[in-house]
Amino acid sequence: MKVIINEQEFDYQGDPDMPLLWFIRDDLKMTGTKYSCGMALCGACTVHIDGEPTRSCQLPMNAITGKSVTTIEGLSKDDSHPVQEAWREHNVPQCGYCQSGQMMQAAALVDKQQTLTDDDIESHMAGNICRCGTYPRIRAAVKTAAQKVVVK
Amino acid sequence: MNDNTVSHSRRAFLKRSITASGFTLSLSLLPGTQAQAMFAGGASDSGFTPNVFIHFANNGEVEITCHRSEMGQQVRTSIPQVIIEELGADWQYVTINQATGNAKYGDQNTDGSRSIRRNFKRLRETGAMAALMLCTAAAKGWQVDPGECYTEAHHVVHKPSGRRVPFADVIAVAATLALPETQDVKLKARQNWNQIGKAVPSIDIKDMTNGSAVYGQDVVLDDMCFAVIQRPPVLFGKVKSSNQAEVKKMAGVVDVINLPEASAPALFNPLGGIAVLASNTWLAWQAVNALNTEWDNGTNASYNSEAYQQTLLEEAGKPGEVVRKLGDFNQARERASNVIDASYYAPHLAQAPMEPPAATARVTADSAEIWACVQSPQSAQQQVANALQIPLEAVTINVTLLGGGFGRKAKPDFVVEAALLAKAAGRPVKVIWRREDDIKHGYYHTVSAQRLSATLDDDNNVTGWYHKTVFPPISSTFNSSANKPSDGELDLGLIDTPFAVPNLQLERGEADAHVRIGWLRSVANVYHAFATQSFVAELAHQTNTDHKTFLLDLIGPDRHIDFAKSNAKYSNYGDDISDYPVDTARLKQVVETVTKMADWNNQAQQGRFLGLAVHRSFLSYAAAVIEVNINERGEWTIPNAYMALDAGTVVNPDHVKAQCEGGLIYGISCAIGQITALNGEVTQSNFHNYLVARMPQTPVKIDVEIIQSDALPGGVGEPPTPPAAGALANALFAATGQRFRNLPIPLNVKTA
Repeated sequence: MKVIINEQEFDYQGDPDMPLLWFIRDDLKMTGTKYSCGMALCGACTVHIDGEPTRSCQLPMNAITGKSVTTIEGLSKDDSHPVQEAWREHNVPQCGYCQSGQMMQAAALVDKQQTLTDDDIESHMAGNICRCGTYPRIRAAVKTAAQKVVVK
Repeated sequence: MNDNTVSHSRRAFLKRSITASGFTLSLSLLPGTQAQAMFAGGASDSGFTPNVFIHFANNGEVEITCHRSEMGQQVRTSIPQVIIEELGADWQYVTINQATGNAKYGDQNTDGSRSIRRNFKRLRETGAMAALMLCTAAAKGWQVDPGECYTEAHHVVHKPSGRRVPFADVIAVAATLALPETQDVKLKARQNWNQIGKAVPSIDIKDMTNGSAVYGQDVVLDDMCFAVIQRPPVLFGKVKSSNQAEVKKMAGVVDVINLPEASAPALFNPLGGIAVLASNTWLAWQAVNALNTEWDNGTNASYNSEAYQQTLLEEAGKPGEVVRKLGDFNQARERASNVIDASYYAPHLAQAPMEPPAATARVTADSAEIWACVQSPQSAQQQVANALQIPLEAVTINVTLLGGGFGRKAKPDFVVEAALLAKAAGRPVKVIWRREDDIKHGYYHTVSAQRLSATLDDDNNVTGWYHKTVFPPISSTFNSSANKPSDGELDLGLIDTPFAVPNLQLERGEADAHVRIGWLRSVANVYHAFATQSFVAELAHQTNTDHKTFLLDLIGPDRHIDFAKSNAKYSNYGDDISDYPVDTARLKQVVETVTKMADWNNQAQQGRFLGLAVHRSFLSYAAAVIEVNINERGEWTIPNAYMALDAGTVVNPDHVKAQCEGGLIYGISCAIGQITALNGEVTQSNFHNYLVARMPQTPVKIDVEIIQSDALPGGVGEPPTPPAAGALANALFAATGQRFRNLPIPLNVKTA
């Protein structure tokens, strides 16, 4: 099975039911995408499938054939996605573990929609848990990122 | 920090060193080695290491060692910040080394909100001592008095002449000097600080925003296999039988290994069970699912949370053992014109860091090397040495970033699992805890019941205060017979009750543990503050008094609590009570500040529903106001929250602010989550049935004010958590008239 991750093609021969998360983490050793719940309950493993935010811990390998996967490592070439810049500007991360997933989830929103209310942000981000409690800064950073997308 | 950025700045620095002002300019006419010769007593190949925290390379670059674990508090930034202040180093030429577990650093157990408060003076002295040695070396070259020299921006400066020499050029001489006497080491005056008190961004923020930061779950070793473990569903349960041989034949499975059976006391030992080692996490996980194990559950199978809640509440209602007494509460009760009683209950909680525990081990016949997300690397080192029966020095603990800790990762049972399995397998093993393992097999925040009574006179003055606390103690994890709150737990928000009442009686009761009890962010302060701050609001309501006014009156005059007067011992978080008194003026100040921020006095006119709570913990003072709205479905939301924190001197105000925001939110999670047991087995398993705060349950906006203070540094990581549950419960009472005395608070209060 051929799969495309961060614009690179890989050949996958393993169990077609294995979630994408473990291919990314254990086989490709790209550890930016995190495991936290394994049940699509927390968002730490969020990647983009053809631009849509998706929980890789519940997505079997056979569901990604012919699709383009983007992980945090592929979000930008030089850490310059507006979401990454905004995350640094607002000093969002504490422990940082959930932030790859938070940023992937947020990027999918700001890439499409730049006028955002608090409710828009809340409903889009409600599936992503942060135990450090960086939510207020995530809200602020998403707004900043959306403005940066407009400028860019 | 070993990427291109660093090597680039290294080149830039070397260039700058030989082209910079005055001193170096004149020397730049000479070849590099001769230029240094003016200072050199002999070149050193290995650089200069004045102490365990600071190492200078010969080119002047500085490596600062952070001996505390990074779990989101930005200690890898704040510790260097303190050293750099006194060292006069420039961040551009500084890299951070994460210490392995080693007693030479002193205490490394990263909990108790003590990284800064316990190390502040020591780290400043460390930096100042190194700076003095650089000054002494430069002064030799210039043939001037070292006292006329100081360091700044990675240079030594001769104050009278304005001459400057880069650190690089004095390293070799400094390396030959004797360590200065302590009394000769001078610390910078506060008004000259330019690092302490500055919002330096986290040194790890770049890695944390591009996926390159490495956590315990992320460690990769050559030839490593992945382990997932099926642990006994009931504490100290044992495997009766299983189909290990069958599972071992499954695709990708490397080995199936029985772990040693666990028995009381739990200590930091693994829980036993069956480990499956496979070529990736998924295969190991699938194989564990295929284990068909029959368990001998043992005596803890009697544990049922529903019945236990009643047992605890009944015990809380009986007279207990008095642990602090002032006046005569029973007499006050007889003479009172009004007595108000209430009981409070708080369930077990799991710390549930976003990163479940993980450890990777490589073990040889006589040594072990570990990579793990541990809060206490020396404890991990000790446990592994014991488990493998090898000397302590043969065990290396490499500390990764921690994807949250909150107390869970101070217990290195998962590290011992990795060490035992790597030894048995004869190759490196990474043990991955699944979320289900984390929720079902934790060291839980204890379950507690409390009884409070207040006596009032005709004018509604509080004449007596009674508070009994009952919970299975943390000490039960280390001593099976322990069934009473320990002194250490009582000191977290009970013994230090700060109220000005003539008759005070504080008591403890008995409760047996049936799961492993551990510490969670701010520990017993969570439930003690919840009960106390809820009860104060209840008293204010029942006496038709404004809560803030009532609370300030109850705290009473400015004073330091005199524990000796009531024959109480108080450990004060391990620090001297004369350095860190329980100061009611500071407690009242955070209440005044936070209520002003929240416009408390105008809430009625504005139609807002506010809840207030205050608590001193870890030598700091935190007050919170939470505002709630109830939507048409009956769900509460928090449009605004406010926090005032007095933590004395703070090193990095932005990181302290982040801890206030996050600590308050963690406290909201403590109010809505619960762990329960049925027949000894934990009922919850993942984030669908163990509720933690998501964005919709958290404040849209949090205003934080850090009280400007020259006082000694207090704790920061934990103090923002205790006021949250009480403030939330009090706000919900304001909005609904419902009083939530038993946690968890439901997300929908219409159906409550």
